[in-house]
Amino acid sequence: MTNQTAWNAALAEEIIAGYKDIQGATLPVLHALQDAFGYIPDEAIALVARGLNISRADVYGILTFYHDFRRSPPGRHVLQLCRAESCQAMGGDALADHVRERLGLDWGETRADGSVTLLPVFCLGLCACSPSALLDGRPLGRLSQERMDALLDEVAP
Amino acid sequence: MSVRLFVSRDAASLAVGADEVAQSLAAALRRRGIGFDLIRTGSRGLFWLEPLVEVETPAGRLGYGPLQPSDAEAVAVSILAGGAPHPSLLGLVDEIPYLKQQTRLVFDRSGKIDPLDLAAYRREGGYRGLAKALALDPAAVIETVTQSGLRGRGGAGFPAGIKWRTAAAAGGGQKYIVCNADEGDSGTFADRMLMEGDPFVLVEGMTIAGYAVGANKGYIYTRSEYPHAVATMNQAIARARAEGLLGPKVFDSTFAFDIEMRVGAGAYVCGEETALLDSIEGKRGQVRAKPPLPAVSGLFGKPTVINNVITLASVPWILANGAEAYRDFGYGRSRGTMPIQLAGNIRYPGLFEAAFGLTLGDLVEKIGGGTASGRPVRAVQVGGPLGAYFPPALFDTPFDYEAFAAKDGLIGHGGVVVFDDRVDMARQARFAMEFCAFESCGKCTPCRIGSTRGVEVMDRILQGENVEANLALIEELCETLRYGSLCALGGFTPYPVMSAIRHFRDDFMTPKRRFVAA
Ligand SMILES: Cc1cc2nc3c(=O)[nH]c(=O)nc-3n(C[C@H](O)[C@H](O)[C@H](O)COP(=O)(O)O)c2cc1C
Ligand code: SF4
Ligand code: FES
Repeated sequence: MTNQTAWNAALAEEIIAGYKDIQGATLPVLHALQDAFGYIPDEAIALVARGLNISRADVYGILTFYHDFRRSPPGRHVLQLCRAESCQAMGGDALADHVRERLGLDWGETRADGSVTLLPVFCLGLCACSPSALLDGRPLGRLSQERMDALLDEVAP
Repeated sequence: MSVRLFVSRDAASLAVGADEVAQSLAAALRRRGIGFDLIRTGSRGLFWLEPLVEVETPAGRLGYGPLQPSDAEAVAVSILAGGAPHPSLLGLVDEIPYLKQQTRLVFDRSGKIDPLDLAAYRREGGYRGLAKALALDPAAVIETVTQSGLRGRGGAGFPAGIKWRTAAAAGGGQKYIVCNADEGDSGTFADRMLMEGDPFVLVEGMTIAGYAVGANKGYIYTRSEYPHAVATMNQAIARARAEGLLGPKVFDSTFAFDIEMRVGAGAYVCGEETALLDSIEGKRGQVRAKPPLPAVSGLFGKPTVINNVITLASVPWILANGAEAYRDFGYGRSRGTMPIQLAGNIRYPGLFEAAFGLTLGDLVEKIGGGTASGRPVRAVQVGGPLGAYFPPALFDTPFDYEAFAAKDGLIGHGGVVVFDDRVDMARQARFAMEFCAFESCGKCTPCRIGSTRGVEVMDRILQGENVEANLALIEELCETLRYGSLCALGGFTPYPVMSAIRHFRDDFMTPKRRFVAA
């Protein structure tokens, strides 16, 4: 389960202020905001720009460049499924098809009930136990469809 | 009686249930009133045997694996009987042929010790390299690295000593050591395993690099997909600092050096060195035109040495044992050892550190045991998503930068991904284009637009539409990518695509069905 607090501008400003003296603070700040709130709302862009003394356009450009940063809240659980070659060689494509069908989600989407977000990832460094995934940051390897179904039963019944 | 147990906490071990096995074994021993020490280590890299439990005995460590939590009772009984027969008993771990055949210079400690136990690190040879370095002139340290023949392990194979010399010669002001721990290549996990299994060797290697070129600050840039490595590295840095091995007076000398971790945000291109520097600076990770070389004008415009994790982690051994000892290992112009990562559909997946020169066939068939599925090997991708696909007909290629280049391939960061005969190579070619489109930094048109066109054309081929004409189009597109790209993301995407077409043309002529996991 991902446990984040609801968006709160005062808390966000406090977080940003903590990075004032760090060189090249933009990524660390955006990570910290996403860790705290689960995503980076548009409202945060101006706060980050002001706090780090850079332009809003810069913050926006960075936010949209990196695949990790989310601009809307994620589901209560986040499943990152590896789509890269080692996992493909172990049946990862079929597993991915199965997961997408079962959840009714395409890559990057969140279930309407807010239970789970499905994200693609290109290699988790768990290639020696492919196919693999991260569920709420927990590493999972040698995934079979049965094992995946059991996990999905818990997070998206 | 008291027992010492060792269980890996490497992310891949956790992924297959190492925590659960450790817990149930601990409970089984507790129920019997047996005292024990449970030491969490990095991984040995024998992943088909994970979760692996090791037990200290006078003769060495006995291994049990792969285990499930339900094995705990029977394993406890076997341990208490001094290694009584059990179906998962592997004998002495050091005698397992896969491990015994390796030449572990960089991964010597990984899997043996608690990665954050600094005393154990020093007991096992750690910090001997730095001690030697500090007794030398910085120029002599660079000379040793140059003489060792060490080449960059991130992919390009550029001589480390020459890079260091350039940075050292770039004046006396602020300089940086940047460790490229972005490890974006699929099929690779050596950097991750090293950071989780023996983080101090990276700290030591970066410190030596800092001393050699006159840098007092290092950054390690790793991927957000590696949370365990980030946590372990952060703890290791804090401990090294607390013990005076980082900070204003390294080893009580006048040399100051410290390290900061930085985490990426899901962009493969940030593994490219100049994009990585921009990312640390807090910008979009876009590739910079060269020159200037980072060694002259790199991070924040200052001279910067940027090296891969394994490059830097090779340095302490070289300093401790001498350039010649390192040079003695290897093949042709590829000196020393390479931690090769065996992955995909392979019976014995894992980390195999060996001197350069083993043939691809020996790696896949003899060491890797062929496919996990038991079906014939059809294709092997070497060197990550930008690496070529090799058919078994090229299995006599020795693992060496030049030999792979001569076969229109690359060894990259040492990833070897095996596919069995169910693979559809036309789909793999499509994926290579899709990956390039997804990860393009957007700076060059061929890479940004051409890759998307490539996916469309591949889709037509997969549907059997004008196959010959569309294949010609793909080849043309690959030429444009190769010559019109600023970096290897666009420039090398032709490797997987063209090798698939060249060696597996049939797959492009007749569409296949994708297979379902066993
Ligand atoms: C698209 C792209 C991705 C790269 N990814 C990595 C990476 O993840 N890790 C790495 O060490 N080098 C990577 N490189 C190579 C680096 O640009 C650079 O050559 C390397 O960091 C130099 O260190 P070395 O000499 O120790 O290998 C990548 C290059 C390109 C073009
Ligand atoms: S080839 Fe692609 S990734 Fe590399 S600089 Fe050009 S657009 Fe960026
Ligand atoms: S390719 Fe899936 S974890 Fe590496």
